Amino acid sequence: MKILVAVKRVIDYNVKIRVKADHSDVDLTNVKMAMNPFCEIAVEEAVRLKERGVATEVVAVTIGPKAAQEQLRTALALGADRAVHVETEERVESLAAAKLLAKVVEEEQPQLVILGKQAIDTDNNQTGQMLAALAGLPQGTFASEVVVSGDGGDGKLQVTREIDGGLQTVELTLPAIVTTDLRLNEPRYAKLPDIMKAKKKPLDVKSPADLGVEVASSLTLLKVESPAERKGGIKVGSVDELVDKLKNEAKVL
Amino acid sequence: MSVLVLAEHHDGILVGATAHVVAAAQQLKASIGGDVDILVAGENVGAVAEAAARLDGVAKVRVADHAVYAHQLAEPMGALLAELAGDYSHVLAAASTTGKNVLPRVAALKDVSQISEIVEVVDGDTFKRPIYAGNAIATVQSADSLKVITVRSTGFDACPDRGSEGGSAAIEAVDFVADNAQSTFVKQALAESDRPELAAAKVVISGGRGMGSGENFKLLDGIADKLGAAIGASRAAVDAGSVPNDMQVGQTGKIVAPELYIAVGISGAIQHLAGMKDSKVIVAINKDEEAPIFQVADYGLVGDLFEILPELESKL
Ligand SMILES: Cc1cc2nc3c(=O)[nH]c(=O)nc-3n(C[C@H](O)[C@H](O)[C@H](O)COP(=O)(O)OP(=O)(O)OC[C@H]3O[C@@H](n4cnc5c(N)ncnc54)[C@H](O)[C@@H]3O)c2cc1C
Ligand SMILES: Nc1ncnc2c1ncn2[C@@H]1O[C@H](COP(=O)(O)O)[C@@H](O)[C@H]1O
Repeated sequence: MKILVAVKRVIDYNVKIRVKADHSDVDLTNVKMAMNPFCEIAVEEAVRLKERGVATEVVAVTIGPKAAQEQLRTALALGADRAVHVETEERVESLAAAKLLAKVVEEEQPQLVILGKQAIDTDNNQTGQMLAALAGLPQGTFASEVVVSGDGGDGKLQVTREIDGGLQTVELTLPAIVTTDLRLNEPRYAKLPDIMKAKKKPLDVKSPADLGVEVASSLTLLKVESPAERKGGIKVGSVDELVDKLKNEAKVL
Repeated sequence: MSVLVLAEHHDGILVGATAHVVAAAQQLKASIGGDVDILVAGENVGAVAEAAARLDGVAKVRVADHAVYAHQLAEPMGALLAELAGDYSHVLAAASTTGKNVLPRVAALKDVSQISEIVEVVDGDTFKRPIYAGNAIATVQSADSLKVITVRSTGFDACPDRGSEGGSAAIEAVDFVADNAQSTFVKQALAESDRPELAAAKVVISGGRGMGSGENFKLLDGIADKLGAAIGASRAAVDAGSVPNDMQVGQTGKIVAPELYIAVGISGAIQHLAGMKDSKVIVAINKDEEAPIFQVADYGLVGDLFEILPELESKL
């Protein structure tokens, strides 16, 4: 079966962000960018399914500026077979991303689409669910385990999901949408020879117009502010002092 | 211009988060007028509906009681909410794993954006929400005629319960039955605990990689017992298999804001801070005096947790 994996270019998760002086947005100039960590997990899962002989082809897709091809090359180095870049310089909200992905799904007809559960920039946690609704497909979100049984018409997917109270397992008909949670797998690092090979793998570029989707969003970002700074407190010297402070100063005991 | 709130419930009990979402809905009502209705969807949810009807300021409880909504799978729930959304200007749910699973489907089916995890209502179409692991707060305005919103519980104080004397909202059945041939519930493994829910606890004590093993989490039990605390964890502790995933506090786990948060053997990565830095009082216990957690802690104690925890338990 064919697997489509959606990867997003975001700020590296280690970077401490700055808000622009005019409060229009977060300042991304000269900031280290990377593949969204949940998307790394998505790529890893797809590649493992291929290594196990369950998948025959892994296609990576991203929507974003020219530079997002770096993340596609990373996906290719990690084991994806080819890539699709929907190129746009505009800010793409989750709904527009889901609409574009739905068009790619229509063209590629994958049996399984794997996305991250959440992009760590907007922290939206929406795109996979929206794609599922638009494509009329079932979804297994926040996956910590994915088991495929059968292929084609009678294929089924069991997804174990990380939910608030613990774990839930659902069975989905294929094709289906999966979004990854942290415990699904531990992504590998790309090896140098694979990074070299990835440069030669096919990468197709399209525009939102080619896919017939408007990227403009109904949401306007009015302002971005830094959160209220929390002031560091004091160090206490002993357990006795800690208990005393909590009782008599903070009054929380 | 009315608001529909999706009730959160498990095992026939209305979950506390719902009262926080209703509180957000009341704030919306103050700016747009109209009513606040609640949707209870599930199987055998009569008791949940009655509990929901007692929440202050709720006009009507709509109940979709049918086997197809058991376990609240995303596909039928999305279809149901999309069906009902036409009567409302706003559809709200908790930013729980249920709300996050279902609401984006509703937004997509109605061709509108979703606004995730709001912490403040500015007016009927303007909201504040954290982005970048809470390191920035965005103010976003929606031009959609229907707003689909998930609500972060810690941003809104729970609305009161009217109690048994205080009267209650009308309860009305919803006939719509979604068909769902795409997904089936297989099983669920829920953590059993006598402790308060993480999201609702007044005191939370969390352990990190420094705890070493799951066995050592027992060191937190006695303290949690004495303080009536919930026990949480960092991602590192969950990944190591020390404790289950539902204990993870952080950007991609649970968001808590208790009166007192005690971080034990946790370094204080931004992803962890995102889940707890709105706590009223933060205590950090860590052997590394340079650990970033001390930058947000009101009271820091540098030392070995294996010595400190037993002493702390004995002195509480
Ligand atoms: C996409 C993504 C999402 C993430 N989401 C989350 C999230 O939701 N929640 C979360 O917590 N993390 C999350 N993380 C992980 C986060 O970046 C950190 O890796 C994690 O929080 C570290 O956990 P820790 O503090 O327990 O471990 P460490 O950073 O290893 O810290 C352990 C601490 O224990 C102290 N220690 C060790 N032994 C002792 C002792 N005997 N006595 C006292 N102190 C001791 C050490 O000094 C150290 O400070 C996420 C990461 C990514 C990439
Ligand atoms: N611009 C994009 N390009 C490719 N995939 C995306 C994009 N935006 C979101 N996604 C996918 O959707 C997931 C969840 O994103 P979000 O819903 O925005 O938090 C990400 O982890 C990606 O897999």
